[in-house]
Amino acid sequence: MAQNRTRKRRTMLYIPGNNPGMLQQGSVYGADSVLLDLEDAVALNQKDAARTLVRNIVKSINFYNCEVTVRLNHTDTPFGDADLEEIVPLQPDAVRFPKTESVEDLKKLIDRIEEIENKHNLPHDKMSIHAMIETAKGVRNVFEIAEYSKRVDAITIGGQDLTADMNIVKTKDNAGIDYARKQIVMAAKANRIDCIDTVYADVDDDEGLKEETLYIKKIGFTGKAVINPRQIDIVNNVFMPTEAEIRKAAKVYRGWIDAKRRNLGVFAIDGKMVDAPVMARAKYVLDMAEIDLSSFE
Amino acid sequence: MINKLGKNIPEQVDGLGKLQAFQGAFEKIKKGVMEEPTVPAPNRAKMPHQSKLVDTLKEAIEKCNPKDGLTISFHHHLRGGDEVLVPVMNLLANMGIKDITLASSSLTGAHDPVVPLIENGTITRIFSSGIRNELGKAISHGKLKHPVVIHSHGGRVRDVHTGRISVDIAVIATSAADCEGNATGSHGPSAFGSLGYAAIDARYAKNVIVVTDNLVDFPCLPPSITQNFVDHVVKVDSIGDAKKIATGTTRITKSPMDLHIAKVASDAIVNSGYFKNGISFQVGAGGASLAVARFIREEMKKKEIKGSYLLGGVTSYLVDMLEEGFFDALFDVQSFDAAVSRSLYENNNHVEISGGMYANPYNCGCLTNKLDVVVLGALEIDTDFNVNVITGSDGEIRGASGGHSDTAAGANLTVVVCPSFRGRIPIVKKQVNTIVTPGETVDILVTERGLCVNPAKPELEKNLKEAGLWVRDIKELEEEVRGICGEPKKIEYTDKIVGLVEYRDGSIIDVIYEVKNKE
Repeated sequence: MAQNRTRKRRTMLYIPGNNPGMLQQGSVYGADSVLLDLEDAVALNQKDAARTLVRNIVKSINFYNCEVTVRLNHTDTPFGDADLEEIVPLQPDAVRFPKTESVEDLKKLIDRIEEIENKHNLPHDKMSIHAMIETAKGVRNVFEIAEYSKRVDAITIGGQDLTADMNIVKTKDNAGIDYARKQIVMAAKANRIDCIDTVYADVDDDEGLKEETLYIKKIGFTGKAVINPRQIDIVNNVFMPTEAEIRKAAKVYRGWIDAKRRNLGVFAIDGKMVDAPVMARAKYVLDMAEIDLSSFE
Repeated sequence: MINKLGKNIPEQVDGLGKLQAFQGAFEKIKKGVMEEPTVPAPNRAKMPHQSKLVDTLKEAIEKCNPKDGLTISFHHHLRGGDEVLVPVMNLLANMGIKDITLASSSLTGAHDPVVPLIENGTITRIFSSGIRNELGKAISHGKLKHPVVIHSHGGRVRDVHTGRISVDIAVIATSAADCEGNATGSHGPSAFGSLGYAAIDARYAKNVIVVTDNLVDFPCLPPSITQNFVDHVVKVDSIGDAKKIATGTTRITKSPMDLHIAKVASDAIVNSGYFKNGISFQVGAGGASLAVARFIREEMKKKEIKGSYLLGGVTSYLVDMLEEGFFDALFDVQSFDAAVSRSLYENNNHVEISGGMYANPYNCGCLTNKLDVVVLGALEIDTDFNVNVITGSDGEIRGASGGHSDTAAGANLTVVVCPSFRGRIPIVKKQVNTIVTPGETVDILVTERGLCVNPAKPELEKNLKEAGLWVRDIKELEEEVRGICGEPKKIEYTDKIVGLVEYRDGSIIDVIYEVKNKE
């Protein structure tokens, strides 16, 4: 859940739920999260098989440090409820709910999840929910969606479906979804939860992926979905803080330790006052750089 | 007798005499001399201006006076495009010659048509560094009269020196040759690059036939095979299918799994302590191995490292690294694509070398002995780091020893790259089907599920752990893989030995048994 989560979500690797080879290997490529997909990647006549396969994989495979997320079919489809029945008892780290358009959608989902959890004597605070915004209506309601429940610890955007819903042509610069991206970022930031960008479809265009990731990082996304393991390092590297950022963060953190030792409320680094937001940013940078904070003590 | 790795080795084999059990990778070599006597190279004499040109392959063979029980040798530089070996073997069969020993530096799918010749007793013994496809299947199911001997590239040179392989006729396909037999693979319509593995055959065979589809004016320059060792020269219409011999440039894999493993292997090399100015380096041509070169190249650029030499089986990617100045020299015993032939012909720092200089342990210094880092593949690897590159999960022969054990023994750092399982077949196992390369010469295994360091190298393990790499105990990895794949059904063999795996020092490291036919 969001409050306790220290895990990074720079990269979320989509894996089709009906591909056993990819499912069993998905966690080894260095993605922070794997996204086992029961929805768009699976043909209608393979939904049952994929559900069973994902269930068995989640039960039996070691995903190491990877966060395990399952993308469900929407509860309005004939497959959504069966997905919940099979997946919720396994308590993956998260479920991704596609085409979230309103708090009513979320309420219906969470009520059903908790009903299943009650049936299996499972807690309500372990498995989180990622709300996926893929329609204009969802963009309009994203602030309410982001703050509806503590179980929602990430908002994600589905670029392909959103452009289809808006009836626009998807362009390389993604101009058509720029407003939606920024709305989603604001909604996530307002609730201190993660926001994950849509996929970059051209798996052979490394430069294009890097450029887009630099952009979405700049406007506030905390991670990006990827569809090919070859994209993982590129995205992870963009989200990795620069050496200068790490040095600055380390300096701030050391200053804070020193101030704490000397019982100082506020302190300054290089003549600039360090307040709580600066400290929070420093911690975030050190965390992204995988630097153990206890090493400063 | 039982060898050092616990394998039961026959005391002797008909036609090979007394065998030696493998005693350890360096037990024999550290003595500083080869105990077995070296056979003298044959000498011939030619009258002044005597022509060596003959009209047909048949005529050339007939001039060598073939008899039952002869040994004939070939090189495998034409790879899957070879159209010389099979016609020559068919000619011998049509002449009624029986009980032939076929000694080819390697055998590929192009050589499947010789299967009927082993079934009818034309070929009764084979020496090779690799055997695949239908031929491998036939041998694995007991079709060859005597056990096949699988040697390494370096070991083959040793086998010729000691007379274990005593070549009566060497047939050397070349892409350009002159009337005296000066010949090369570096130019001509069927250019294939280095002729490194044929050098020993030319020197030691009692009869040497140079075959070419491109007879050029005397002298053919630069000569890889020189006229003083050549008896006959034959011009044929084609030595093979140019498309299968060498085309274009080798591309780095796009397989996410191979790239992931390659990146981890590169990180391991960079943090091993051997990644510094003057590094010498060898990688294989396929899958993850070649991809390691890509990441190493990026690291060399970033860290401004300049290497000494590249070695091996050479791809165009290595040629690019030479041309870009990452290494001073490229030593080429075998070339894999067309771009390599051009470089070999034009670039003085791209040097053709013989199989002996490449990997024979019994000389004053083969190049594998000076290697810093080698990256190798594996069909299977066990928890003692022993590697199998010859038999598949069904027990059938389907691979090549090649320079695997030679480079592993010579390099300061031997890195084996492979997935921990393929499909549902475990690659990391408690015990491999067949040992080709002993674990004592392997330092690191890199898989998609982390890397394992040979316990004999604690310093290396420490370095890699400190660099933040995912270092695991190989036994723990094997257990995990078994958990995913399950326990494979045991392969059923008969008691008949169909293959001997010869270590580079001539001792026998393992044997291959006949696979039982499925009911």
